[in-house]
Amino acid sequence: MEKTQRRIFVGNYSELPKKLGKTVIIGDQEVAVFKLASGDIRAIENRCPHKGGVLAEGMVSGDHVFCPMHDWKISMVDGKAQAPDEGCVQTYTTEVTEDQVYVLMEK
Amino acid sequence: MPKQKLLLIGNGMAGIRAIEEVLKLKPNQFEITVFGSEPYPNYNRIQLSKVLQGDTDVSDITLNEWQWYEDNNIRLYPGETVINIDKTKQVVSTDKGREEPYDKLIIATGSNAFILPLPGADKEGVTGFRDIKDCEKMIDYSKKHKKAAVIGAGLLGLEAARGLLNLGMEVDVIHINDYLMDRQLDEPAGRLLQKELEEQGMNFLLNKQTAEITGEEKVSGLRFNDGEEIDADLIVMAVGIKPNVALAMENGIKVNRGIIVNDYMETETPNIFAVGECVEHQEMVYGLVAPLYEQGQALAKQLCGVPCDGYKGTVVSTQLKVSGVDVFSTGKIDEDKNTKSIKVFDEWNGTYKKLIVEDGKLAGAVLFGDTKDGTRLLSLIKKAADVEEYLNANESEQSGASLVAEMPYDELICGCNGVSKGTIVDAINSKGLKSLEEVKGCTNASRSCGTCKSLVSDLLEYTLGDDYNENQKVSVCGCTTLSRDEVIEEIKEKGLTHTREVMNVLGWSNEEGCSKCKPALNYYLGMLNPTDYEDEKESRYVNERLHANIQKDGTFSVIPRMYGGVTNAVDLRKIADAADKYDVGMIKLTGGQRINLLGVKKQDLPDMWADLGMKSGHAYQKGLRTVKTCVGSEFCRFGTQDSTGMGIKLEKKFEGISGPHKLKMAVSACPRNCAEGGIKDVGIVGLDGVWELHVGGNGGTELRQGDLLCKVKTEDEVMEWVGAYLQYYRETGNYLERTSSWVDRLGIDHVKEILAVKETRDELNERMDIALSAIQEPWSEVINNEETLRELYEKVNVTSTSK
Ligand SMILES: Cc1cc2nc3c(=O)[nH]c(=O)nc-3n(C[C@H](O)[C@H](O)[C@H](O)COP(=O)(O)OP(=O)(O)OC[C@H]3O[C@@H](n4cnc5c(N)ncnc54)[C@H](O)[C@@H]3O)c2cc1C
Ligand code: SF4
Ligand code: FES
Repeated sequence: MEKTQRRIFVGNYSELPKKLGKTVIIGDQEVAVFKLASGDIRAIENRCPHKGGVLAEGMVSGDHVFCPMHDWKISMVDGKAQAPDEGCVQTYTTEVTEDQVYVLMEK
Repeated sequence: MPKQKLLLIGNGMAGIRAIEEVLKLKPNQFEITVFGSEPYPNYNRIQLSKVLQGDTDVSDITLNEWQWYEDNNIRLYPGETVINIDKTKQVVSTDKGREEPYDKLIIATGSNAFILPLPGADKEGVTGFRDIKDCEKMIDYSKKHKKAAVIGAGLLGLEAARGLLNLGMEVDVIHINDYLMDRQLDEPAGRLLQKELEEQGMNFLLNKQTAEITGEEKVSGLRFNDGEEIDADLIVMAVGIKPNVALAMENGIKVNRGIIVNDYMETETPNIFAVGECVEHQEMVYGLVAPLYEQGQALAKQLCGVPCDGYKGTVVSTQLKVSGVDVFSTGKIDEDKNTKSIKVFDEWNGTYKKLIVEDGKLAGAVLFGDTKDGTRLLSLIKKAADVEEYLNANESEQSGASLVAEMPYDELICGCNGVSKGTIVDAINSKGLKSLEEVKGCTNASRSCGTCKSLVSDLLEYTLGDDYNENQKVSVCGCTTLSRDEVIEEIKEKGLTHTREVMNVLGWSNEEGCSKCKPALNYYLGMLNPTDYEDEKESRYVNERLHANIQKDGTFSVIPRMYGGVTNAVDLRKIADAADKYDVGMIKLTGGQRINLLGVKKQDLPDMWADLGMKSGHAYQKGLRTVKTCVGSEFCRFGTQDSTGMGIKLEKKFEGISGPHKLKMAVSACPRNCAEGGIKDVGIVGLDGVWELHVGGNGGTELRQGDLLCKVKTEDEVMEWVGAYLQYYRETGNYLERTSSWVDRLGIDHVKEILAVKETRDELNERMDIALSAIQEPWSEVINNEETLRELYEKVNVTSTSK
C-alpha cells in the first residue's frame, strides 16, 4: 500500500537558531528540528534511545547530536546511536521552500 | 671537617644551573654563597621575549624562588656586585663592602648587551634587551610613546620588535645586511621571514648603517650614513652581546674574547672556574642556553670529584620565538666549495628547507615554515650522520621513537633546561609518568621554549611501549592530540578568538568538535579573554545554555538566589506564588541551603523568572554555585565571627563566575563547622580573630577532605585569598577538573607557594576582577530579548495538519 505523507510547517528558516535544536510538538509526537552549521535542516524524534533524553537540547556537531542526558552520540542522518552504544531514533525528511521549513510525516 | 666554601659570582642561568647540578651530586659537600647584581632570584632570561610579547608575566619566569635558596642553605646576596677577586687570599669583595672567602670560585657573569658606540648612544631612550630592567623600560616607553626603532635584525632584534608591536608601538627594524638573521639563515629563508614579518606589521630598513642618534637629551630619531633620517622615541640596540669579562680581566684571570677555560671549566687560575656566556671554550663563545647547561654539568662533576670526560663543545640550533613564524637553523648554514646542499623551496606554501652536506655527512640545516624535522636533524647533525640515513629514514617514515632509541643516555633532549634522555627515561620509569605534562612537571624538560616537545613525546612512547597510547588521555578530547596547555598556548600565541577557529587552525580531526571539546574551548576562550569573548550558546551544555537545570523528563528546575542561604517572608511568598502558578512538581531544599522548584516546563521558564523577580541562582553552572553558611556570631552561642555576613559577601562578589567545573563554598564561625567546609572547594572556618581557609575539599563521588591553605585575620584578606585561589584554579584547571583533583595534581604546597606571594595574589585578583566585570545576569537578559526567547525557550506546537 502506498504511503502518503503530510507536509508540516514547523517555522521560518531564518528564525531557527543555528547549530541548535528546536522542539516541535506535532500531535502526540515530539520532533527535534536542527539547523546545522552547514545550513541544512534535519529532523529526528525528540527521544534518545537510551533513556528518553530530549535530543533537541543536545550539542550539535556536524551531522550528529550529543544527548544532553548521558552523552550518547546520535546520527541525525540515519538516527543511529554511535558505537559503543546501540539504538536508533526515527528520522524525518525535511523540506525548505523559500523561508519555510517543513517536516514530512507519514499519514 | 668544615664544609668547603663554594662561591658563585652571577645569579644567572648558567651559574645557578651549575649549582643545581652540584646539589644533585653532593648535596652536603659545600657551603654555598651566591652574588648577583640583579635584585631578583634566578629567572629565565629566554622568556623575556615572551614577557615583552605579552604572553608571560615577569613573575612567571622565575626559575628558582627565594625559598629554593633557603631550602638548599644557599646564602644569596641579590643586588650586590663583586668588584674584586683576591686570588692569593682567595677572597672576593663587593660594592657593598662585603668580603667573602672561598675555597672554590665560579665566575658566571654572563654577557652585556652590545651598545654601538654611536654619537648619541648615551641619550635617554636608548636601551639594550638583556634583563628585566630593559624589558620594563620598553613596556614603560610604550605607554607614553608611539615610535620605536630596533637596530639589528637578528634573533633578539626581531623578538624585541615583535614585542614592541604587541605593546602598540610602530616599529622600524634597521639591519646592516641585506637580509634578516643573516647569521642563522641564508638569503631565501631570510627573505621569506621578512615577508612574513612585514605582514605582521614590521617595517624593515635593510642595508642601512646608523651614523648617529639624534635628539637633545632624549632621542628623537636616527640618521644613517646615506643621510636619510627616521623618527623614533625609543631605540633598542640588538646588535649582539659581549661576554662580561671585566671582573676577570681586572683581576688577572686569562681572557681572550671570553674567560678561557678547559674541558673542565677551569680557568688558568687555581680554584677559579667559569661557566656560561662569559667563557671561551676551544675558541667558541656561546650565546644560547643549551651549551651553558652542558658546561654546568661538566663543572659540577669536576667540583664534586665525579669522573667525567669534560665538556666537548656543542652543536647549537636556533629558533625564533615569534608567533606565526617557524624558523629553525643548526650547524653550518652557508655553502662553500666543500659542501653540497639539498634544497626544497615551496613558494606557494611559503616553506623552505636546506640541508648542507659535507663529505656525505649532514653538517647543517635551515628550515622555514615547517620545522617539524628540526630536532631530528639536530640530533643527526650532532652525530655527523650520513645524509643517506636521513633520506632513507624519510622514505621509510622512521618513527620518532626509533630515533630516540638510538640516542645515547646522556644526550640532551631539552636544551633550555639541560635535561638529558637518561633523566627523562628514569623519571618516566621510577615515577610512573604518562604524559608530557607530567614529564614537564617532574624534570623541567620543555618548560622553556618548547622545541623539544615532540622528542619528549617520542621518549614517552619509546619508554612506555604499548602502555603509551592507552594512557595518552591527556589530549583535550578525541578530536585532537593537543593537551589543554598546548591548546591554551596556541590560543594565546595565535590570538584565536572562537571555537571553530581553534578547531580549524589547530587541525581538529572532527571539524565541528564534540561534546567534550566544544564546552572546554568555549570556557578557555572566555577565561583568557573575558571582556571580548562572545560566549557561544551552541557550545554550552543545556543547563548553562538555558540557565536552568534539566531533569530526567526534560523539565527544568529553578533555584532562586538566596545569598548565604538567607531569605525573608516577601521572597518566600513570591516563591510560593510562582510554585502555584507554574504548577511545579516538587519544592525541595538543596544541599546548599536553597529552595529548588522542580518540574518547570522549558517554555515557562522566562515567565517564571519575571514573576519571581529574583536572580535564579547559578545552581547548575560550571562555576560558583552557592556559599553555604552557618548561623554564626549573630545567633549561635558558639559563633566567633559573622559567618553569614562573610558568606553573603563572598556570594555577592563571585556570583556568576565560571570555572573549569562547579564550585561550592561554605563559611562556619567555629570549629564545629556546621556549614561543612571541610568538603567544599573553599571552606572557611572563623575562629577567634582568625579565618582559616581550607581548599580542595569534595563531598561528591570522590570524598576528599580539604587542605589548609592559610590563616588570615580580616575579612578583606579572606576575599583576597579566595579571589586569588579561584582565579588560579580558573587559569590552570583542566575543564571538568574539580578543585579536589586539581589540588591533588598540582600539590597543595605548590598552590600555597604560588599564592604566598602578595604580588601574585594581586595580579590574580586583577584578572579575576576583569572576569567579574564582564558577567551579565542571564535571567533578565533572557526576559528582555525576543530573539533568545524565541530561539531557546519556545516550543513549536503544531495542532492542525498543514498543507
Ligand atoms: C631576550 C633574550 C632572549 C633569549 N632567547 C634565547 C633562546 O630562545 N634560546 C637560548 O638558548 N638562549 C636565549 N637567550 C640567551 C640566554 O638567555 C643566555 O645564553 C643565558 O641567559 C646566559 O646565561 P649566563 O648565566 O651565562 O648569563 P646570565 O643569565 O646573563 O647571568 C649572568 C648574571 O651575572 C650577574 N653579574 C654579572 N656580573 C656580576 C658581578 N660582578 N657580580 C655579581 N653578579 C654579576 C648579572 O647581573 C646576571 O644576572 C636569550 C637572551 C635574551 C636576553
Ligand atoms: S559552626 Fe559554630 S558558630 Fe557556626 S552554627 Fe555551628 S556551632 Fe554555631
Ligand atoms: S538518555 Fe540520551 S544518553 Fe541517556
